[in-house]
Amino acid sequence: MNLQIAADINSFLAAFVLLTAFAMLVQKRIYSLIHLFAWQGLLLSLNTAIVGYVANKHHLYISSVLTLSLKVFVLPYILHVLVVRLKIRREVETLVNIPMTMLIGLALVIFSYHLMAPVSELSTLITRSTLAIALATVMIGLLMMITRKHAVTQIIGFLAMENGLFFAATSATYGMPLVVELGVALDVLIAAFIFGIFFFHINTTFESLDVDQMARLKEED
Amino acid sequence: MVLAENASWIFRFTPYLVFGTVIFAGAVVPILSINLPLALSADVIVLVGMFAISRFFTALAGMDIGTAFGGMGSSREMMVASLAEPAMLMAIFTVSLINKSTSLSHIADVMYGGHMLLKPSLAFAFIAFVLITLAETGRIPVDNPSTHLELTMLHEAMILEYSGRHLALIEWAGMMKLFLFMALGSALFYPWGIAKTEGPVEILFATVVILTKLAGSGIVLVLIETGLAKMRLFRLTEFLGTAFLMATLGMLSFFILE
Repeated sequence: MNLQIAADINSFLAAFVLLTAFAMLVQKRIYSLIHLFAWQGLLLSLNTAIVGYVANKHHLYISSVLTLSLKVFVLPYILHVLVVRLKIRREVETLVNIPMTMLIGLALVIFSYHLMAPVSELSTLITRSTLAIALATVMIGLLMMITRKHAVTQIIGFLAMENGLFFAATSATYGMPLVVELGVALDVLIAAFIFGIFFFHINTTFESLDVDQMARLKEED
Repeated sequence: MVLAENASWIFRFTPYLVFGTVIFAGAVVPILSINLPLALSADVIVLVGMFAISRFFTALAGMDIGTAFGGMGSSREMMVASLAEPAMLMAIFTVSLINKSTSLSHIADVMYGGHMLLKPSLAFAFIAFVLITLAETGRIPVDNPSTHLELTMLHEAMILEYSGRHLALIEWAGMMKLFLFMALGSALFYPWGIAKTEGPVEILFATVVILTKLAGSGIVLVLIETGLAKMRLFRLTEFLGTAFLMATLGMLSFFILE
Protein backbone atom coordinates (compact mmCIF):
# COMPACT_ATOMS: atom_id res chain seq x y z
CA MET A 1 0.00 0.00 0.00
CA ASN A 2 1.70 3.18 -1.10
CA LEU A 3 1.42 6.55 0.60
CA GLN A 4 -0.96 8.14 -1.90
CA ILE A 5 -3.59 5.41 -1.50
CA ALA A 6 -3.21 5.58 2.30
CA ALA A 7 -3.71 9.36 2.19
CA ASP A 8 -6.80 8.88 -0.01
CA ILE A 9 -8.26 6.33 2.41
CA ASN A 10 -7.47 8.71 5.25
CA SER A 11 -9.35 11.55 3.54
CA PHE A 12 -12.24 9.25 2.75
CA LEU A 13 -12.56 8.12 6.37
CA ALA A 14 -12.27 11.76 7.52
CA ALA A 15 -15.12 12.73 5.22
CA PHE A 16 -17.25 9.96 6.69
CA VAL A 17 -16.38 11.02 10.25
CA LEU A 18 -17.75 14.45 9.30
CA LEU A 19 -20.82 12.79 7.80
CA THR A 20 -21.52 10.85 11.01
CA ALA A 21 -21.09 14.09 12.97
CA PHE A 22 -23.77 15.73 10.80
CA ALA A 23 -25.97 12.64 11.03
CA MET A 24 -25.78 12.84 14.83
CA LEU A 25 -26.56 16.54 14.68
CA VAL A 26 -29.85 15.94 12.85
CA GLN A 27 -30.83 12.53 14.25
CA LYS A 28 -33.97 12.61 16.36
CA ARG A 29 -34.13 9.07 17.74
CA ILE A 30 -31.91 8.37 20.71
CA TYR A 31 -31.08 4.74 19.81
CA SER A 32 -29.98 5.79 16.32
CA LEU A 33 -27.84 8.49 17.93
CA ILE A 34 -26.02 5.87 20.00
CA HIS A 35 -25.51 3.70 16.90
CA LEU A 36 -24.12 6.67 14.98
CA PHE A 37 -21.76 7.41 17.85
CA ALA A 38 -20.50 3.82 17.68
CA TRP A 39 -20.00 4.12 13.90
CA GLN A 40 -18.02 7.33 14.37
CA GLY A 41 -15.81 5.50 16.86
CA LEU A 42 -15.26 2.68 14.38
CA LEU A 43 -14.24 5.12 11.63
CA LEU A 44 -11.87 6.89 14.04
CA SER A 45 -10.30 3.63 15.09
CA LEU A 46 -9.76 2.55 11.45
CA ASN A 47 -8.33 5.97 10.64
CA THR A 48 -5.93 5.83 13.59
CA ALA A 49 -4.71 2.39 12.54
CA ILE A 50 -4.07 3.61 8.98
CA VAL A 51 -2.23 6.71 10.20
CA GLY A 52 -0.19 4.46 12.48
CA TYR A 53 0.72 2.28 9.53
CA VAL A 54 1.64 5.23 7.29
CA ALA A 55 3.63 7.10 9.94
CA ASN A 56 5.16 3.89 11.30
CA LYS A 57 4.15 4.81 14.85
CA HIS A 58 3.30 1.65 16.72
CA HIS A 59 1.69 3.30 19.72
CA LEU A 60 -1.11 4.45 17.42
CA TYR A 61 -2.14 0.80 17.03
CA ILE A 62 -2.69 0.66 20.78
CA SER A 63 -4.79 3.79 20.77
CA SER A 64 -6.70 2.41 17.78
CA VAL A 65 -7.56 -0.76 19.72
CA LEU A 66 -8.40 1.38 22.75
CA THR A 67 -10.76 3.51 20.64
CA LEU A 68 -12.33 0.39 19.17
CA SER A 69 -13.04 -1.21 22.53
CA LEU A 70 -14.05 1.96 24.36
CA LYS A 71 -15.95 4.02 21.80
CA VAL A 72 -17.46 1.25 19.72
CA PHE A 73 -18.44 -1.21 22.46
CA VAL A 74 -18.18 0.04 26.05
CA LEU A 75 -19.51 3.60 25.85
CA PRO A 76 -22.43 2.83 23.50
CA TYR A 77 -23.29 -0.11 25.78
CA ILE A 78 -23.28 2.13 28.88
CA LEU A 79 -25.43 4.72 27.07
CA HIS A 80 -27.77 2.00 25.89
CA VAL A 81 -28.20 0.62 29.40
CA LEU A 82 -28.75 4.18 30.64
CA VAL A 83 -31.46 4.85 28.07
CA VAL A 84 -33.20 1.54 28.84
CA ARG A 85 -33.03 2.01 32.63
CA LEU A 86 -34.22 5.62 32.46
CA LYS A 87 -37.06 4.52 30.13
CA ILE A 88 -36.38 7.24 27.56
CA ARG A 89 -38.83 6.45 24.80
CA ARG A 90 -39.89 9.66 23.10
CA GLU A 91 -38.03 11.40 20.34
CA VAL A 92 -35.33 13.89 21.20
CA GLU A 93 -36.46 17.49 21.06
CA THR A 94 -34.31 20.12 19.42
CA LEU A 95 -34.33 23.83 20.13
CA VAL A 96 -33.66 24.88 16.52
CA ASN A 97 -35.36 23.14 13.60
CA ILE A 98 -33.41 20.53 11.66
CA PRO A 99 -32.66 22.34 8.34
CA MET A 100 -31.49 25.42 10.28
CA THR A 101 -29.19 23.24 12.40
CA MET A 102 -27.75 21.75 9.21
CA LEU A 103 -27.02 25.22 7.82
CA ILE A 104 -25.32 26.31 11.06
CA GLY A 105 -23.26 23.10 10.92
CA LEU A 106 -22.20 23.87 7.35
CA ALA A 107 -21.19 27.38 8.39
CA LEU A 108 -19.09 25.85 11.18
CA VAL A 109 -17.33 23.58 8.67
CA ILE A 110 -16.47 26.57 6.48
CA PHE A 111 -15.30 28.51 9.55
CA SER A 112 -13.00 25.71 10.71
CA TYR A 113 -11.64 25.33 7.18
CA HIS A 114 -10.68 29.00 7.18
CA LEU A 115 -9.22 28.72 10.66
CA MET A 116 -7.14 25.68 9.84
CA ALA A 117 -5.97 26.66 6.33
CA PRO A 118 -2.76 28.42 7.54
CA VAL A 119 -1.95 25.56 9.92
CA SER A 120 -2.36 23.01 7.16
CA GLU A 121 -0.04 25.05 4.95
CA LEU A 122 2.71 24.85 7.59
CA SER A 123 2.31 21.16 8.29
CA THR A 124 4.17 18.53 6.32
CA LEU A 125 2.29 15.50 7.63
CA ILE A 126 0.25 13.35 5.29
CA THR A 127 -2.81 13.88 7.48
CA ARG A 128 -2.69 17.69 7.37
CA SER A 129 -5.81 18.11 5.24
CA THR A 130 -8.00 16.34 7.81
CA LEU A 131 -7.24 18.94 10.51
CA ALA A 132 -10.11 21.16 9.40
CA ILE A 133 -12.46 18.16 9.49
CA ALA A 134 -11.35 17.35 13.03
CA LEU A 135 -11.99 20.91 14.21
CA ALA A 136 -15.38 20.88 12.47
CA THR A 137 -16.26 17.64 14.29
CA VAL A 138 -15.45 19.31 17.63
CA MET A 139 -17.58 22.35 16.73
CA ILE A 140 -20.50 20.20 15.57
CA GLY A 141 -20.36 18.25 18.84
CA LEU A 142 -20.54 21.58 20.68
CA LEU A 143 -23.45 22.71 18.49
CA MET A 144 -25.21 19.45 19.31
CA MET A 145 -24.79 20.13 23.03
CA ILE A 146 -26.26 23.61 22.52
CA THR A 147 -29.25 22.68 20.38
CA ARG A 148 -30.48 19.68 22.38
CA LYS A 149 -32.69 19.86 25.42
CA HIS A 150 -32.20 16.37 26.70
CA ALA A 151 -29.33 15.59 29.08
CA VAL A 152 -28.43 12.21 27.51
CA THR A 153 -28.11 13.70 24.02
CA GLN A 154 -25.97 16.49 25.43
CA ILE A 155 -23.63 13.83 26.80
CA ILE A 156 -23.50 12.16 23.39
CA GLY A 157 -22.60 15.57 21.98
CA PHE A 158 -19.85 15.87 24.57
CA LEU A 159 -18.47 12.44 23.64
CA ALA A 160 -18.63 13.39 19.94
CA MET A 161 -16.56 16.47 20.80
CA GLU A 162 -14.02 14.23 22.48
CA ASN A 163 -13.95 12.10 19.31
CA GLY A 164 -13.16 15.25 17.35
CA LEU A 165 -10.33 16.19 19.69
CA PHE A 166 -8.84 12.71 19.42
CA PHE A 167 -9.09 12.97 15.64
CA ALA A 168 -7.42 16.40 15.73
CA ALA A 169 -4.54 14.98 17.77
CA THR A 170 -4.07 12.13 15.29
CA SER A 171 -4.10 14.39 12.25
CA ALA A 172 -2.06 17.27 13.72
CA THR A 173 0.82 15.40 15.36
CA TYR A 174 0.28 11.69 14.67
CA GLY A 175 -1.36 11.27 18.06
CA MET A 176 -0.60 12.36 21.59
CA PRO A 177 1.94 10.42 23.69
CA LEU A 178 0.57 7.08 24.82
CA VAL A 179 0.41 8.07 28.49
CA VAL A 180 -1.81 11.05 27.69
CA GLU A 181 -4.06 8.95 25.48
CA LEU A 182 -4.47 6.29 28.16
CA GLY A 183 -5.29 9.02 30.66
CA VAL A 184 -7.89 10.60 28.38
CA ALA A 185 -9.47 7.22 27.65
CA LEU A 186 -9.74 6.49 31.36
CA ASP A 187 -11.18 9.95 31.98
CA VAL A 188 -13.86 9.46 29.36
CA LEU A 189 -14.77 6.08 30.82
CA ILE A 190 -15.01 7.47 34.36
CA ALA A 191 -16.96 10.47 33.06
CA ALA A 192 -19.47 8.15 31.41
CA PHE A 193 -19.96 6.29 34.71
CA ILE A 194 -20.38 9.53 36.65
CA PHE A 195 -22.85 10.83 34.08
CA GLY A 196 -24.81 7.65 34.47
CA ILE A 197 -24.97 7.92 38.25
CA PHE A 198 -25.85 11.63 38.11
CA PHE A 199 -28.60 11.02 35.58
CA PHE A 200 -30.27 8.56 37.93
CA HIS A 201 -30.13 11.16 40.70
CA ILE A 202 -31.40 13.96 38.44
CA ASN A 203 -34.13 11.71 37.16
CA THR A 204 -35.34 10.79 40.66
CA THR A 205 -35.21 14.43 41.84
CA PHE A 206 -36.77 16.19 38.85
CA GLU A 207 -38.60 13.21 37.27
CA SER A 208 -37.25 14.38 33.92
CA LEU A 209 -33.96 14.75 32.09
CA ASP A 210 -35.06 17.85 30.20
CA VAL A 211 -32.52 20.51 31.13
CA ASP A 212 -35.21 23.21 31.01
CA GLN A 213 -36.54 21.73 34.24
CA MET A 214 -33.20 22.36 35.91
CA ALA A 215 -33.34 26.12 35.31
CA ARG A 216 -35.72 26.42 38.26
CA LEU A 217 -33.69 25.40 41.25
CA LYS A 218 -35.69 27.08 43.99
CA GLU A 219 -38.86 25.62 45.33
CA GLU A 220 -42.10 26.95 43.97
CA ASP A 221 -44.24 29.10 46.21
CA MET B 1 -59.75 16.02 -25.88
CA VAL B 2 -61.55 18.12 -23.30
CA LEU B 3 -60.37 21.67 -22.73
CA ALA B 4 -61.55 23.92 -19.91
CA GLU B 5 -63.60 26.89 -21.11
CA ASN B 6 -61.41 29.51 -19.49
CA ALA B 7 -58.10 27.90 -20.50
CA SER B 8 -55.71 30.44 -22.00
CA TRP B 9 -52.89 29.87 -24.48
CA ILE B 10 -50.55 28.97 -21.60
CA PHE B 11 -52.60 25.89 -20.85
CA ARG B 12 -52.52 24.73 -24.50
CA PHE B 13 -48.88 25.68 -25.04
CA THR B 14 -47.41 24.03 -21.91
CA PRO B 15 -47.50 20.34 -22.99
CA TYR B 16 -45.53 21.13 -26.15
CA LEU B 17 -43.03 23.24 -24.23
CA VAL B 18 -42.54 20.54 -21.59
CA PHE B 19 -42.04 17.92 -24.26
CA GLY B 20 -39.71 20.20 -26.20
CA THR B 21 -37.44 20.92 -23.24
CA VAL B 22 -37.14 17.21 -22.53
CA ILE B 23 -36.24 16.54 -26.18
CA PHE B 24 -33.61 19.29 -25.98
CA ALA B 25 -32.25 17.85 -22.72
CA GLY B 26 -32.03 14.45 -24.41
CA ALA B 27 -29.86 15.99 -27.11
CA VAL B 28 -27.45 17.43 -24.53
CA VAL B 29 -27.02 14.53 -22.08
CA PRO B 30 -24.42 12.01 -23.28
CA ILE B 31 -26.39 8.78 -23.25
CA LEU B 32 -24.63 6.61 -25.82
CA SER B 33 -21.77 8.71 -27.10
CA ILE B 34 -19.60 11.55 -25.83
CA ASN B 35 -19.50 13.29 -29.22
CA LEU B 36 -22.83 15.08 -29.33
CA PRO B 37 -23.72 17.62 -32.03
CA LEU B 38 -25.46 19.89 -29.52
CA ALA B 39 -22.99 19.42 -26.66
CA LEU B 40 -21.38 22.81 -27.23
CA SER B 41 -24.69 24.66 -27.28
CA ALA B 42 -25.59 23.91 -23.67
CA ASP B 43 -23.78 22.88 -20.53
CA VAL B 44 -25.17 21.29 -17.42
CA ILE B 45 -26.34 24.59 -15.90
CA VAL B 46 -28.46 25.29 -18.99
CA LEU B 47 -29.86 21.80 -18.56
CA VAL B 48 -31.02 22.63 -15.03
CA GLY B 49 -32.47 25.87 -16.43
CA MET B 50 -34.43 23.96 -19.08
CA PHE B 51 -35.96 21.71 -16.43
CA ALA B 52 -36.80 24.87 -14.45
CA ILE B 53 -38.57 26.45 -17.46
CA SER B 54 -40.68 23.36 -18.02
CA ARG B 55 -41.58 23.28 -14.33
CA PHE B 56 -42.41 27.01 -14.33
CA PHE B 57 -44.84 26.60 -17.22
CA THR B 58 -46.40 23.48 -15.71
CA ALA B 59 -47.05 25.46 -12.52
CA LEU B 60 -48.55 28.33 -14.55
CA ALA B 61 -50.77 25.90 -16.42
CA GLY B 62 -51.87 24.40 -13.11
CA MET B 63 -53.07 27.81 -11.97
CA ASP B 64 -54.36 28.88 -15.38
CA ILE B 65 -57.65 26.98 -15.33
CA GLY B 66 -58.39 28.11 -11.78
CA THR B 67 -59.25 24.84 -10.05
CA ALA B 68 -58.36 24.31 -6.42
CA PHE B 69 -56.20 21.26 -7.08
CA GLY B 70 -54.18 23.03 -9.76
CA GLY B 71 -53.19 25.95 -7.54
CA MET B 72 -52.40 23.64 -4.64
CA GLY B 73 -50.23 21.42 -6.81
CA SER B 74 -48.43 24.43 -8.28
CA SER B 75 -47.59 25.89 -4.89
CA ARG B 76 -46.35 22.52 -3.61
CA GLU B 77 -44.29 21.88 -6.73
CA MET B 78 -42.70 25.31 -6.43
CA MET B 79 -41.83 24.65 -2.78
CA VAL B 80 -40.09 21.40 -3.72
CA ALA B 81 -38.36 23.11 -6.65
CA SER B 82 -37.07 26.00 -4.55
CA LEU B 83 -35.37 23.48 -2.27
CA ALA B 84 -34.29 20.93 -4.86
CA GLU B 85 -32.71 23.27 -7.39
CA PRO B 86 -29.98 24.74 -5.13
CA ALA B 87 -29.08 21.21 -4.06
CA MET B 88 -29.01 20.05 -7.69
CA LEU B 89 -26.75 22.95 -8.69
CA MET B 90 -24.46 22.32 -5.70
CA ALA B 91 -24.08 18.64 -6.62
CA ILE B 92 -23.36 19.59 -10.22
CA PHE B 93 -20.87 22.30 -9.18
CA THR B 94 -19.01 19.71 -7.12
CA VAL B 95 -18.65 17.41 -10.12
CA SER B 96 -17.72 20.38 -12.30
CA LEU B 97 -15.03 21.48 -9.86
CA ILE B 98 -13.49 18.02 -9.86
CA ASN B 99 -13.49 17.86 -13.67
CA LYS B 100 -12.86 21.59 -14.20
CA SER B 101 -15.68 21.94 -16.71
CA THR B 102 -19.45 22.35 -16.83
CA SER B 103 -19.79 20.70 -20.23
CA LEU B 104 -21.43 17.31 -19.84
CA SER B 105 -19.41 15.70 -22.61
CA HIS B 106 -16.17 16.93 -21.10
CA ILE B 107 -17.16 15.75 -17.60
CA ALA B 108 -18.01 12.29 -18.93
CA ASP B 109 -14.74 12.21 -20.85
CA VAL B 110 -12.61 13.14 -17.82
CA MET B 111 -14.49 10.82 -15.47
CA TYR B 112 -14.05 7.98 -17.97
CA GLY B 113 -10.27 8.09 -17.82
CA GLY B 114 -9.76 9.43 -14.29
CA HIS B 115 -8.83 7.62 -11.12
CA MET B 116 -11.88 8.71 -9.21
CA LEU B 117 -12.60 5.78 -6.93
CA LEU B 118 -11.65 7.24 -3.55
CA LYS B 119 -13.01 10.75 -3.78
CA PRO B 120 -15.30 11.60 -0.84
CA SER B 121 -16.62 14.67 -2.68
CA LEU B 122 -17.90 12.50 -5.52
CA ALA B 123 -19.52 10.08 -3.08
CA PHE B 124 -21.37 12.93 -1.34
CA ALA B 125 -22.38 14.54 -4.65
CA PHE B 126 -23.71 11.18 -5.83
CA ILE B 127 -25.85 10.66 -2.71
CA ALA B 128 -27.20 14.20 -3.14
CA PHE B 129 -27.91 13.52 -6.80
CA VAL B 130 -29.90 10.38 -5.99
CA LEU B 131 -32.02 12.28 -3.45
CA ILE B 132 -32.62 15.11 -5.93
CA THR B 133 -33.52 12.66 -8.69
CA LEU B 134 -36.25 11.28 -6.43
CA ALA B 135 -37.54 14.81 -5.82
CA GLU B 136 -37.27 16.12 -9.38
CA THR B 137 -38.89 13.14 -11.05
CA GLY B 138 -41.63 12.96 -8.43
CA ARG B 139 -41.02 9.49 -7.03
CA ILE B 140 -41.67 8.13 -3.54
CA PRO B 141 -40.82 9.46 -0.84
CA VAL B 142 -41.38 12.95 -2.31
CA ASP B 143 -44.34 12.41 -4.60
CA ASN B 144 -46.21 9.35 -5.75
CA PRO B 145 -46.57 9.26 -9.55
CA SER B 146 -49.30 6.63 -9.45
CA THR B 147 -51.69 8.62 -7.27
CA HIS B 148 -54.56 10.33 -8.97
CA LEU B 149 -57.24 12.38 -7.23
CA GLU B 150 -55.62 12.26 -3.82
CA LEU B 151 -54.99 15.10 -1.43
CA THR B 152 -51.28 14.31 -1.19
CA MET B 153 -50.44 14.59 -4.90
CA LEU B 154 -47.94 17.16 -6.14
CA HIS B 155 -47.20 16.81 -9.82
CA GLU B 156 -50.46 15.04 -10.60
CA ALA B 157 -52.44 17.88 -9.03
CA MET B 158 -51.02 20.41 -11.50
CA ILE B 159 -51.83 18.35 -14.57
CA LEU B 160 -55.21 17.15 -13.32
CA GLU B 161 -57.13 19.13 -15.96
CA TYR B 162 -55.19 17.81 -18.92
CA SER B 163 -56.63 15.16 -21.21
CA GLY B 164 -56.06 13.61 -24.61
CA ARG B 165 -52.85 14.34 -26.47
CA HIS B 166 -51.83 17.05 -24.00
CA LEU B 167 -51.89 14.56 -21.15
CA ALA B 168 -50.05 12.02 -23.28
CA LEU B 169 -47.27 14.49 -24.05
CA ILE B 170 -46.88 15.48 -20.40
CA GLU B 171 -46.83 11.89 -19.17
CA TRP B 172 -44.37 10.97 -21.91
CA ALA B 173 -42.15 13.91 -20.92
CA GLY B 174 -42.32 12.77 -17.29
CA MET B 175 -41.13 9.28 -18.21
CA MET B 176 -38.35 10.72 -20.36
CA LYS B 177 -37.30 12.99 -17.52
CA LEU B 178 -36.79 9.97 -15.28
CA PHE B 179 -34.81 8.27 -18.04
CA LEU B 180 -32.73 11.43 -18.56
CA PHE B 181 -31.92 11.79 -14.86
CA MET B 182 -30.72 8.19 -14.77
CA ALA B 183 -28.62 8.80 -17.91
CA LEU B 184 -27.32 12.07 -16.41
CA GLY B 185 -26.30 10.22 -13.25
CA SER B 186 -24.48 7.69 -15.40
CA ALA B 187 -22.71 10.42 -17.40
CA LEU B 188 -21.70 12.39 -14.31
CA PHE B 189 -20.66 9.63 -11.94
CA TYR B 190 -20.04 6.31 -13.75
CA PRO B 191 -19.64 6.88 -17.50
CA TRP B 192 -17.67 3.68 -18.09
CA GLY B 193 -18.71 1.99 -21.32
CA ILE B 194 -19.93 5.11 -23.12
CA ALA B 195 -18.80 5.37 -26.75
CA LYS B 196 -15.97 7.78 -27.50
CA THR B 197 -16.24 7.49 -31.28
CA GLU B 198 -19.16 6.92 -33.65
CA GLY B 199 -18.11 3.43 -34.72
CA PRO B 200 -21.08 1.01 -34.92
CA VAL B 201 -19.39 -1.49 -32.62
CA GLU B 202 -18.80 1.13 -29.91
CA ILE B 203 -22.37 2.40 -30.18
CA LEU B 204 -23.71 -1.14 -29.93
CA PHE B 205 -21.53 -1.82 -26.90
CA ALA B 206 -22.58 1.49 -25.32
CA THR B 207 -26.24 0.60 -25.91
CA VAL B 208 -25.82 -2.68 -24.03
CA VAL B 209 -23.95 -0.92 -21.22
CA ILE B 210 -26.49 1.88 -20.81
CA LEU B 211 -29.34 -0.66 -20.80
CA THR B 212 -27.58 -2.57 -18.02
CA LYS B 213 -27.03 0.65 -16.05
CA LEU B 214 -30.68 1.66 -16.52
CA ALA B 215 -31.82 -1.76 -15.35
CA GLY B 216 -29.56 -1.37 -12.30
CA SER B 217 -30.92 2.11 -11.56
CA GLY B 218 -34.44 0.77 -12.02
CA ILE B 219 -33.84 -1.97 -9.45
CA VAL B 220 -32.46 0.60 -6.98
CA LEU B 221 -35.50 2.82 -7.63
CA VAL B 222 -37.83 -0.12 -6.98
CA LEU B 223 -36.02 -0.91 -3.73
CA ILE B 224 -36.30 2.74 -2.60
CA GLU B 225 -39.97 2.98 -3.55
CA THR B 226 -40.96 -0.25 -1.84
CA GLY B 227 -38.80 0.39 1.20
CA LEU B 228 -40.02 3.89 1.97
CA ALA B 229 -43.41 5.47 2.53
CA LYS B 230 -44.37 8.81 1.07
CA MET B 231 -43.29 11.63 3.36
CA ARG B 232 -45.54 14.25 4.81
CA LEU B 233 -45.24 17.48 2.85
CA PHE B 234 -43.71 19.37 5.76
CA ARG B 235 -40.97 16.79 6.22
CA LEU B 236 -39.80 17.38 2.65
CA THR B 237 -37.74 20.34 3.85
CA GLU B 238 -35.69 17.89 5.92
CA PHE B 239 -35.34 15.48 3.00
CA LEU B 240 -34.24 18.17 0.57
CA GLY B 241 -32.17 19.86 3.27
CA THR B 242 -30.28 16.58 3.58
CA ALA B 243 -29.69 16.63 -0.18
CA PHE B 244 -28.38 20.18 0.05
CA LEU B 245 -26.19 19.23 3.03
CA MET B 246 -24.71 16.28 1.12
CA ALA B 247 -24.00 18.39 -1.96
CA THR B 248 -22.38 21.16 0.09
CA LEU B 249 -20.35 18.63 2.10
CA GLY B 250 -19.16 17.24 -1.23
CA MET B 251 -18.03 20.66 -2.33
CA LEU B 252 -16.38 21.42 1.03
CA SER B 253 -14.56 18.11 1.15
CA PHE B 254 -13.29 18.87 -2.35
CA PHE B 255 -11.72 22.08 -1.03
CA ILE B 256 -10.55 20.65 2.28
CA LEU B 257 -9.37 17.18 1.41
CA GLU B 258 -8.37 17.16 -2.26
